[in-house]
Amino acid sequence: MLSRVGENLYWMARYLERAENSARLINVNTNLLLDLPKRVQPGWEPLIEISGSRSDYTSQYPTIDERSVVKYLIGDTNHPGSILSSLGFARENARTVRDFMPRETWENVNELYLYAKGNLASGLGHRRRYEYLRGIIHGVQQISGLLAGTMTHDEGYNMLRMGRNLERADMTIRIIDVRSANLLPELSKELTPFENIQWMSVLKSLSAYQMYRRAMQVRVRRPDVLRFLFKERLFPRAFYHTVTEVESCLEYLPRREAPLRCVSDLKERVAAAHPENFDQRELHEFIDTLEIGLIDLNRAISDTYFLANVTSA
Amino acid sequence: MAIRWGGYRVKGLHDELIRATGKPRPAAVRLCEYLRSLNDAEIEERKQASEAAIRVMGVTFRVYSEEGGSIDRAWPFDIIPRIIAASEWRRIEAGLKQRVHALNLFIDDLYHDQRVVRDGVFPNEILASSKNFRPQCVGINPSRGVWAHICGSDLVRDKDGTVYVLEDNLRVPSGVSYMLENRLVQKRIFPELFEQYSIEPVDDYPSQLYDMLCSIAPRPSEKPEVVVLTPGIYNSAYFEHSYLAQQMGAELVEGRDLVVGDDDIVYMRTIGGLTRVDVIYRRVDDLFLDPEAFNPDSTLGVRGLLRAWKKGNVALANAPGAGVADDKVVYALVPKMIKYYLGEEAILPNVPTYLCMDDKEREYVLANLDKLVVKPANESGGYGMLIGPHATQKERDEFVRLIRRDPRNYIAQPLVTLSTTPTLVGTRAEPRHIDLRPFILSGESVYVTNGGLTRVALRKGSTVVNSSQGGGSKDTWIVEEGST
Repeated sequence: MLSRVGENLYWMARYLERAENSARLINVNTNLLLDLPKRVQPGWEPLIEISGSRSDYTSQYPTIDERSVVKYLIGDTNHPGSILSSLGFARENARTVRDFMPRETWENVNELYLYAKGNLASGLGHRRRYEYLRGIIHGVQQISGLLAGTMTHDEGYNMLRMGRNLERADMTIRIIDVRSANLLPELSKELTPFENIQWMSVLKSLSAYQMYRRAMQVRVRRPDVLRFLFKERLFPRAFYHTVTEVESCLEYLPRREAPLRCVSDLKERVAAAHPENFDQRELHEFIDTLEIGLIDLNRAISDTYFLANVTSA
Repeated sequence: MAIRWGGYRVKGLHDELIRATGKPRPAAVRLCEYLRSLNDAEIEERKQASEAAIRVMGVTFRVYSEEGGSIDRAWPFDIIPRIIAASEWRRIEAGLKQRVHALNLFIDDLYHDQRVVRDGVFPNEILASSKNFRPQCVGINPSRGVWAHICGSDLVRDKDGTVYVLEDNLRVPSGVSYMLENRLVQKRIFPELFEQYSIEPVDDYPSQLYDMLCSIAPRPSEKPEVVVLTPGIYNSAYFEHSYLAQQMGAELVEGRDLVVGDDDIVYMRTIGGLTRVDVIYRRVDDLFLDPEAFNPDSTLGVRGLLRAWKKGNVALANAPGAGVADDKVVYALVPKMIKYYLGEEAILPNVPTYLCMDDKEREYVLANLDKLVVKPANESGGYGMLIGPHATQKERDEFVRLIRRDPRNYIAQPLVTLSTTPTLVGTRAEPRHIDLRPFILSGESVYVTNGGLTRVALRKGSTVVNSSQGGGSKDTWIVEEGST
C-alpha cells in the first residue's frame, strides 16, 4: 500500500475520533455542571486543560466562560483541535483516499462535516447543544461501523484502526489527568456525596459508565475507576486495551519492529503499575510517562510508514 | 406520444440512424422498432433507470469551484445508442491504425534524424515554433520506437456521409472510462437488444491497456509494476484515472508518491518501503512531469523522472514530447506523412485545413472568415475558436487581428456540419449533433476500441460536444448488418 494512502487513512481516523471524543466531553461537562453545587463548580476550565491548548485559548479569549469555551472547542476554525476543524481535516484526508474505502465512507464523512458546519449555531447555544453533539457522535460511530462492516480488513483498514486507537489512548489519559485533579479537593469529607458524581462524569466522558458497572460491580470510587480505565483488557477505551488494539493492527503491517517495541513498553508500564494507589502527584507523573510513550509510538509509526519518511527499501 | 419516426426530421444533414427518406438505416432497424414499441412510461422508466445506474456506479466528471473545492457532476448519458455498421467500422479502424503508425514514425523521426524536415515534407519553421516539441527528448529511444501509446482521435461525419479525422489527441486523451461505463449502463437498461443484436464488446479495453503497458516495460519481468500517475483529485479527469487504475489493478499514484533514486530508478513509497516502478501511465502533462527537466515550479511531477526514462529504467506512456503531433498545424500535414512514411494514401481524410502561416492560405482565410472555423493550433476542449458563420462582425474582426499577429498559431477549416443521431428529449427523439472519439493503443501491437466515446451536443442546434460545455454521451454500437 502506498505510504500516502496509509497516512491519510490513519489521520482521517484520528481526526474523526477526536471529534467524537470532544463532543462527548462537552456533553458530559454540560450535564455535570447542572449537578454540582455552585461553590465547587469547576466550570469550563478543565476542558481547555484537556484539549492541551490553554495558551492558545488565552491568547484569543479574555475569559474562561461557557460561551467562549464551547465556541473554541466546537466551532473555532482557528483552533486546529476544534470539532469543526477536526472534521474538516478528516474530510480532506478522506477526500484523497476515497477510492480505497467503501464508496459511502466519503459521502458520510462529507455529510458529517456539512452537518457540523451547517448546524453550528445549535451547538453553541444551550438548548440544542446536546442534540447537536449527539449527532456528531452518531455520525462518527456510523462511519466506524460502516468501515468495520464493509471494508476489507487489510493494511489500509489497520492503518485506520491504529489511528483511531492511538487517539483514544491519548484522550483517555488526558481526561483522567485533568478530571481527577481539578474537579474536587481530595479527601474532603464534606463533599463525599459529590465524589460519586465526579467519577461518574469521568466514566461517562469515555462512554465507560455502564461497562464499568458491569465489569467492576462496585460503586464508583476513584481507585476502581482508575484501575478500570488504565488496566481493563476488554473495554474499548481503557488505555491498556487501546494499546493492544494498536498491537494487533501492527500484525497486519510490514516492518513493524520499531512501533511494536513502543507498544510493548507501554503495555509493560501499565501492567506493572498500581494506579489505584497513586496520589494525585504520582498519577500525574505516571500519565506523563504514558504521554511520552504515545508520542514515541506515533513517531515510530510515522518514521516507518509515512510518505516523507519512506526513503529506503 | 412516445417515439414516432415519422415525425423525426433529418433536414438535409447526415443522420446516423435515420435515412433522408425517414426510414432507419439497415443496422438500426431493430433498434428503431424497439424504441417505437415503448410507451412514454416505459421510456421514462428506462431513462430513470439509467440515471440511477450512473449515480450508483458513481460515474462523474469534476468541475472545480472555489467554494466547494470541487463538485462531482453525474455523467450525462443518452439512452439511445449510436450505431455504426461493422463493415464501415473495419475501414475506419484500418484508417486509424495507419494514421497512428505514421504519427509514431513522425515523432520518432523528429526526435532523431528529422529526415521529414530535410526531405522538405515538414517545414522547419513549424518545428521551430512548435509549443510541444521537447528538445529534452532528442535522441531518446523509447521501447519499440513508440511515443504515442494511447491516442484519442476525434472523428466527425459531414453532410455527405464522409468520416473525417478532426484532431488527434496524443498528450493525455481522456474519455475512455465513460465509453466503458456507458456500455454497462446500456446493458442494464436495454438487455433485450443485446440479446437480439450482435454488438462488438468494448470491455476488454482495461486488459488491452494493461497488456500494452506491460509490453513496454524496460526490464523483463513476469509482472511489471505498472502505475497510473494522476495530478490528483482536483483534476477534471480524476474519475477516469482512478477507474482505470482499479480496472487494471495498478496503483494510482501522485507525483509525491514517487522518487527517483541515485541509481536513476523510479520507486514508489509504500508502507513496506521503496518499490521499483517499471511503467508509468502518466496523466500529467509534459511540462509538469519533472521539475528538473521541465517546469521547475511543478509540484505534480517527480524530480529526475526524465533522467530515469532516458536511461531506459522506466517506460512512460505517452512518452514526453509525443504532443508535438497534437498541433493542429501538424495535423494538416498528416496525410502527407502517411504518404512519406508508409507510401500509402490516407484511408481517413482530414478536414480540409488552411494554414494561416502560409501567405496565400492566410489571405484566403481572412477573406472568407464568415465561412470558416478558425482554431488555435494548441488548444483543446473547444476553447479559443471562432465559428465564422455564427460569429458577429466584431468577433471576426478580433480574429483578423489575432491571426495577423500570430499566423503560426491558427488554422482554418470549412464548417463541418456534424452528423446527427436520435437523442431523447423528454420522451421523444430529436436529432442532435455528435462526434466520436475512438482510442488507439500502440505497443507490441496496435489495438483500436470497438467504436469509442460518442459525444453529443445536448442543446438543440449546438455542435459543442465537450462535457464541460453542455455535452453528453452515448453508447456506441458496432453492429454486424447480418445480425439484424
